[in-house]
Amino acid sequence: MNMQDKNFAGMATNYGDLLGNGLTLKQFRDGIIERTEATGHYNGLEKLAFRDSDPIGYEKLFSKLRGGLVHARETAKKIAASPIVEQEGELCFTLYNAVGDCVLTSTGIIIHVGTMGAAIKYMIENNWEGNPGINPGDMFTNNDCAIGNVHPCDIATIVPIFWEGKLIGWVGGVTHVIDTGAVTPGSMSTGQVQRFGDGYMITCRKTGVNDTPLRDWLHESQRSVRTPKYWILDERTRIAGCHMIRDLVEEVIRADGLEAYEKFAYEVIEEGRRGLISRIKAMTLPGKYRKVSFVDVPYKHPDVQVSSAFAKLDSIMHSPCEMTIRGDGSWKLDFEGASRWGWHTFNAHQVAFTSGIWVMMCQTLVPTQRINDGAYLATDFHLPKGAWCNPDDRRTGHAYAWHFLVSGWAALWRGLGQAYFSRGYLEEVNAGNANTSNWLQGGGINQEGEIHAVNSFEASSCGTGACAVKDGLNHAAAIWNPEGDMGDIEIWEMAEPLLYLGRNVKANSGGYGKYRGGCGFETLRMVWNAQDWTMFFMGNGFMNSDWGMMGGYPSATGYRFEAHKTGLKERIAIGDSLPLGADLDPTHPDYERHIDATAHVKRDKQCITTEDCYENHDLYLNYLRGGPGFGDPLDREPKAIEDDLNQKFLLPDYAGKVYGAIFTIDAKGVFTVDAAKTQARRAEIRNERVARAVPTREWMKEERQRILDKHASVQVRHMFATSFGLSEKFKSDFKSFWDLPVDWDLREEELGVPSYGSKHRMDLSLLPDVHTVVQVEE
Amino acid sequence: MSYTKEQIANLVDGKLDWETTFRMLSMPKDQGRFAKYLAALQARVNYADKIVLPLSLHMNIVQRAGDKRWVIKCDCGHEFCDHNENWKLHAAIYVRDTEEAMTDVYPKLMAPDTQWQVYREYYCPKCGTMHDVEAPTPWYPVIHDFEPDIEAFYRDWVNLPVPERA
Repeated sequence: MNMQDKNFAGMATNYGDLLGNGLTLKQFRDGIIERTEATGHYNGLEKLAFRDSDPIGYEKLFSKLRGGLVHARETAKKIAASPIVEQEGELCFTLYNAVGDCVLTSTGIIIHVGTMGAAIKYMIENNWEGNPGINPGDMFTNNDCAIGNVHPCDIATIVPIFWEGKLIGWVGGVTHVIDTGAVTPGSMSTGQVQRFGDGYMITCRKTGVNDTPLRDWLHESQRSVRTPKYWILDERTRIAGCHMIRDLVEEVIRADGLEAYEKFAYEVIEEGRRGLISRIKAMTLPGKYRKVSFVDVPYKHPDVQVSSAFAKLDSIMHSPCEMTIRGDGSWKLDFEGASRWGWHTFNAHQVAFTSGIWVMMCQTLVPTQRINDGAYLATDFHLPKGAWCNPDDRRTGHAYAWHFLVSGWAALWRGLGQAYFSRGYLEEVNAGNANTSNWLQGGGINQEGEIHAVNSFEASSCGTGACAVKDGLNHAAAIWNPEGDMGDIEIWEMAEPLLYLGRNVKANSGGYGKYRGGCGFETLRMVWNAQDWTMFFMGNGFMNSDWGMMGGYPSATGYRFEAHKTGLKERIAIGDSLPLGADLDPTHPDYERHIDATAHVKRDKQCITTEDCYENHDLYLNYLRGGPGFGDPLDREPKAIEDDLNQKFLLPDYAGKVYGAIFTIDAKGVFTVDAAKTQARRAEIRNERVARAVPTREWMKEERQRILDKHASVQVRHMFATSFGLSEKFKSDFKSFWDLPVDWDLREEELGVPSYGSKHRMDLSLLPDVHTVVQVEE
Repeated sequence: MSYTKEQIANLVDGKLDWETTFRMLSMPKDQGRFAKYLAALQARVNYADKIVLPLSLHMNIVQRAGDKRWVIKCDCGHEFCDHNENWKLHAAIYVRDTEEAMTDVYPKLMAPDTQWQVYREYYCPKCGTMHDVEAPTPWYPVIHDFEPDIEAFYRDWVNLPVPERA
């Protein structure tokens, strides 16, 4: 009596008939997985019939679709008002086949090649086909980090594509929004330590019908975030792009026929799988490569104000990677030994790896347009269940998953770099990537009098790693966005109530080496015309997340500078000197000479903080990191050192101490390096090195004793304890290397710090009626 | 796509013109690179041993002329160890594990805190060349970071005869 449609009965009317082949979506997907596993070829495609019989037609289809995806992205991003999308290009559109496997993706943040596919697969595995139903004109929205999204600020709109009433695919569009309504403002905030503070979370929700967003969704979503205007325009960006691509697919089918399109949508994935293997064989070298990286999680400091006492500890995230390239060109990426997830926002879902890694690989191993799920199928991932990169608890926070993803992948650069170097493809070597931080974030009432949040995407232009034939690029790129762009000052000043007092290359930030890492940059911002304003810092400080290569040094670590009660209002009024430009040499700080002596200055290595209060005329230094170096610095050309000195990329003290340069400076401040004297000094430095060093095995005896004495900081012991807790193999290898007694052990409970999560955890898959999608070896 | 011996030699020396370097980056890889690369490196070392595989800027796996053993060798002639061992265990090490040692190479605040991370510099004990800088936490094992499958590479990937090994 109170039922709208007696046929519905909790099940969509087209249930089981979406595909027109008598199979449910899940049955159809299961068949593809079975055929792939049985043959080693995607969907059992041992032959690419369409490509081989009509290669030109196949390529034409590829070009039409790929071109259309890129065109849709370029057009749709003009709708957005958020500089993150419009300036930095933080958006991406991806075309999927009916089971959510990626066919092709646009340019942009192609980390999402598989994240939206993971959402589609979740809908398939959890019978969205039956309830809420999948119909032409539907729109689904997802940003759930427990099912494959990278962080909550990546909002995805997913639109099914039908042809003559049958589902033939999906298109997804994603934008990085400026605020998600998390505990603290900004898209990647730190104040929360669990999912429950990570912001507005949407799980594949049907948010539109007949191409129209539902009003309950519009009302609810806009009031759930701090920046509704940016939010709604971002949504329109995504919808417009998705609909352009849906129209394109219809146009292609009208021109080329459904059969050709459907063949293409599966063959191109198998072609992508083969393509990765052939690239590995063409560029690398078989063998085992072992690399590791770390990042600091300094939560004990009083400036990290979180609501949960059990999160107040210093810890370290650990990402060991064994990359095995097999003789047949396939490879395995094994992260056995990774540390456990933690009470912070730096955890990552497994799909952030299986999907996200291609945003890095498209910048090195597979710089082609053919990035799709084929690359994933050609890769074996081992991500231990319970690790930071594959959490086994549904409470984990993910807002700043990139804090460690960028670090974890820095190790892969070095592994690939070794392969390229040994094979002679020196032009491809890259020592690594910068820790793409600091993230200037915060919010309050902006210069327009509106509730606002900011996340400066200047981090989109950090220094790149050095190559084996040239320096890294200065302030040029970020691993997560191949179209690095720091954005225009004028645009940022419109988006943020923060005036620029400087924007300069950061001296000494690039790792030293024969070829140095690219330098980062720094901008000094003054709060202006804001009310009730807050900001915080987010980046690495106590640790480096990259290493150098083959004798090159890591890049410099981060630090923070902020100043309150600066007196700048009065200094501006009377024309007194102001802090302008770079914080050139933090050993001899200069900004403090141009603000009131009574100003409250924080200048330290605490680069993770939570919302702190800022008044107008307070200062904030946004320092974007450099990249790691390559080769012994004593091999650097004297002329290159001279250029660095004259461009203020390198402080004179370190030209001498690190590079062994002997130089003069003239009355105009121009540096000249004396090559002959430098050569002589370098010979002395080599002798000094030998004199101060000890044989490695001698040093190991001392280090072993420190381990037996358990002499190390709590954060170091905590990292090892969480890795040991997840991996007997890692512990066994560790004990074996150091020749430790059989009964030696290290457990979290002996450290005297909170260990919530060490024993009691509950995975999302344990919730009733939830079927999670597992895409890695765990 | 193919490049001359001279171009590859210039690449090794960091002197290749940008136009050619860019072509190398943007075009499919030249399969003959490895042999030309070995030749360029061989011409730059002062020892008679045949280079089997380059490991680092100044370090190669070589076939020792006298007995055909594959060993890891510095450009200065110092032999570290057999090719399948971790050469770092046979190097000289200097660990930057104090603030003073860190600020010797980085400005204040721009180096890691040694309670979190240390730098391990591995030198050739004979010539003082710095072959690697590790940046691990204290206690971290010395990583054996590369174990190439040289036979498969020569035989199946670049179609070259595998150098004899004693």
